[in-house]
Amino acid sequence: MSDFLVGHYFYWFVFLLMTIGLFGIVLKKNLIKKVIGMSIFQVAIILFFVASASKWGATVPVLDPKLGAADTAKYINPLPHCLMLTAIVVGVATSGVAFALIISIWRRFKTLDEPELLAKMRHDPD
Amino acid sequence: MKVVSYLILAAFCGLLIYASTGFPNRGDARAVYNRPASPSGTPNAPTRYIQKSKEEINTDNMVTTILADYRGYDTLGEETVILTAGLICFLLLRKEKEKNRHDPE
Amino acid sequence: MTRNEDDPIITLISSIVAPFIMLFGLYVIFHGHYSPGGGFQGGTLLAAGIILLRLALGSELGKKQFPSRLGIPLGSLGVLIYYGTGLAALLLGGTFLNYAFIPFTRLASHNRYWGILSIEIGVGLAVMAVLVAIYDDLLEGEPRV
Repeated sequence: MSDFLVGHYFYWFVFLLMTIGLFGIVLKKNLIKKVIGMSIFQVAIILFFVASASKWGATVPVLDPKLGAADTAKYINPLPHCLMLTAIVVGVATSGVAFALIISIWRRFKTLDEPELLAKMRHDPD
Repeated sequence: MKVVSYLILAAFCGLLIYASTGFPNRGDARAVYNRPASPSGTPNAPTRYIQKSKEEINTDNMVTTILADYRGYDTLGEETVILTAGLICFLLLRKEKEKNRHDPE
Repeated sequence: MTRNEDDPIITLISSIVAPFIMLFGLYVIFHGHYSPGGGFQGGTLLAAGIILLRLALGSELGKKQFPSRLGIPLGSLGVLIYYGTGLAALLLGGTFLNYAFIPFTRLASHNRYWGILSIEIGVGLAVMAVLVAIYDDLLEGEPRV
């Protein structure tokens, strides 16, 4: 039982973080808070992949001259780390574009509240 | 309406936690994705990257060799994504000087 | 960002710390082969050093080191270095992005080492320039003091 808890508590923490991010996207009315929720969701996914790549008793995937390269159980899995580097940078780019869109919306409609924004868009389109 | 939203979020979290009981323990070296070869006998991709990184590329850091050499095509696409994001921000947020003077919006 | 008064402590400390941040960023780019690091991490550190100066010193003084019209051209240059390395590998007899065919040295594994280094320089340059350009664009419509 304690073995199960020690091996699985991390997944539950990540799923809690995902739920918090989803709560921010769906239930908050301000546009900036929605973008923050999206960012929290992305970070939770990245944490999930990076932490799933670990092995007990293994070291960082940089070659240690004393350990050699033949035994792969001594190094953690390097492939998810590489994929998540790409994911982090794409997340930064997405957040930058989202904030640029928010500034454009502010310049045009002068509000950032979603129901008010939808009413204004319906009232005078373009 | 809000109560329904909270219930759906709680159901989402509960479903994920129920699905996670089938995962192997985190860090178990006998899990399927951590073994040196797949169940049918073919060697795993990270096995080859760890073992051949020093002799094929003369580099110690395995994450860099995967990022820039074995999977360099993905890094190329990612850099294009970064440049595109910079271009989008530039195009969206240029100040339009004449239009601001004519109609004070 | 604009400020209303000149705070000597912030000006002095940020001017002292920013070159060290940029030097460390350059170290992280070039030591990507031997320790955790590489192009993306070092490029972000370099951008952090530049944005620190822009935050602490105000609009005109913070843009003297890296003017804001250099953002997108340097980013394009970084992406061009990456594509150029791949294209050089294609034109010199091999396949696209196969650095063993670029004749830096005589061994194929050493050629791949130098190929990775040239790619990391391109990536670091592009990431730095684009992050600073996004910051400058987001602050463009701000009223000056």
